[in-house]
Amino acid sequence: MCLSIPSKVTHIDEENNIATVDTMGVERKASLDLIDQPVVVGDYVLIHIGFAMNKIDEEDALASLEVYKEIIEKMEEEERRQAILEDDACANRG
Amino acid sequence: MSQLKLKDLYDGFRDPETIKAFKKIIEEDAKKLEKPINIMEVCGGHTHTIMKYGIPQLLPSNINFIHGPGCPVCIMPKERIDHAYILSMQEDVILVTLGDMIKVPGSNGSLQDARSKGADVRFVYSPMDCIKIANENPNKKVIFFAIGFETTTPMTAALLDVVIKQDIKNIYFHINHVTVPEVMKELIDSRDEHVDSYNHQIDAFLGPSHVSVISGSKIYEEFPRDYNKPVVVAGFEPVDVMQSILMIIKQFIENRCELEIEYKRLVSYEGNIKAQELINKYFKKSSLFKWRGLGNIKDSGLKLRDEYLTYDAEHIYKDILPIGEIEDHKLCICGDILRGMATPPECTIFGTACKPSTPIGSCMVSSEGACAAYYKYGNLL
Repeated sequence: MCLSIPSKVTHIDEENNIATVDTMGVERKASLDLIDQPVVVGDYVLIHIGFAMNKIDEEDALASLEVYKEIIEKMEEEERRQAILEDDACANRG
Repeated sequence: MSQLKLKDLYDGFRDPETIKAFKKIIEEDAKKLEKPINIMEVCGGHTHTIMKYGIPQLLPSNINFIHGPGCPVCIMPKERIDHAYILSMQEDVILVTLGDMIKVPGSNGSLQDARSKGADVRFVYSPMDCIKIANENPNKKVIFFAIGFETTTPMTAALLDVVIKQDIKNIYFHINHVTVPEVMKELIDSRDEHVDSYNHQIDAFLGPSHVSVISGSKIYEEFPRDYNKPVVVAGFEPVDVMQSILMIIKQFIENRCELEIEYKRLVSYEGNIKAQELINKYFKKSSLFKWRGLGNIKDSGLKLRDEYLTYDAEHIYKDILPIGEIEDHKLCICGDILRGMATPPECTIFGTACKPSTPIGSCMVSSEGACAAYYKYGNLL
């Protein structure tokens, strides 16, 4: 019901205010009647039961993905350090 | 040229490495909690994600989920399904609704059963499909059986807007739209009435994703302020859910109680004003809406404003639509599940008499229902 899917706008029919969107390779049409900001080809939108509900804020999405990358890098670094410490503490060193 | 690819919007928020990283941070931070916390995910979409990705198994034992009632199909009482069934059986009616409603059992059967008895019931992808159906069938009355939370209400309003502007004479509405904050309040208040074990206390809410896209996060302001319950509006992907859990934990550790948005790429404080204006133009609060398993919740439903009564199928057909109350199946504990007081495996008919192919209760009908999610992904637990 509510699982809307991010889609990319590939074409806009100005006259009827309908966008053609790409949803992971599937082409669909969606009304832009509920969108309260300008939409252009290339924008990402959230589609739900035939309507675009909102534009996806690219900066925010990129910022989130950047944060995740940093978290993973930090964790990997932490794991490496942990491995070295464990190695140092290894009692069986001949 | 955008740096963001469509694929990133899926994969980036489902990335196993990221989920694992959050798992680790959550484990560390959860150690600092003074007492366990129960997080209610209000929305069925979140329940589905939580079960599908096995999130409960990724969390330390002091972080628990309570599944909430945010599944429009699950909370639809039999009385309303019966209305749809009766309307569909009228000679000159085409009943149109969204696909989620196909199998929901009423007292005479589901809309699928009505169809097999010859009723013209059509399941559509979008409410706008009603226009084509109405144009192709000028001698029929097309009734749109409208369901859903704030997420789908503006689409119903948009259809009515077109019907009025194009002066389409044969489209009517049976409205079953409901609102989230009222049911959240009911869940907190009803817990004060019951003597609950600590296990069922709600400590914080995971705010719905797409309801909030429309309504904005502003609709949850009162929960941290008046009820002392933190709310984090979360996206639907597993990484969104993990990050939101961490945000809730941090609030407890830092002694904060706030409304926060994790799902910033789509949700703002104000929400989609255009959609809200459209809703307000055509709908008003209905004094009571009976939720399946939860009973009547004050101000939780919407109905068409008086000036649009001529489009209201409930008003037009009031002579044939019953208004009495109907008991739910005695063995079904959907009510307790929707209230977050029980989990599906506690139900005696779960997975035996009641399963997705033969649903007895509504929580098994919709893929967003807690029972269906447990049935489908429960072997992970």
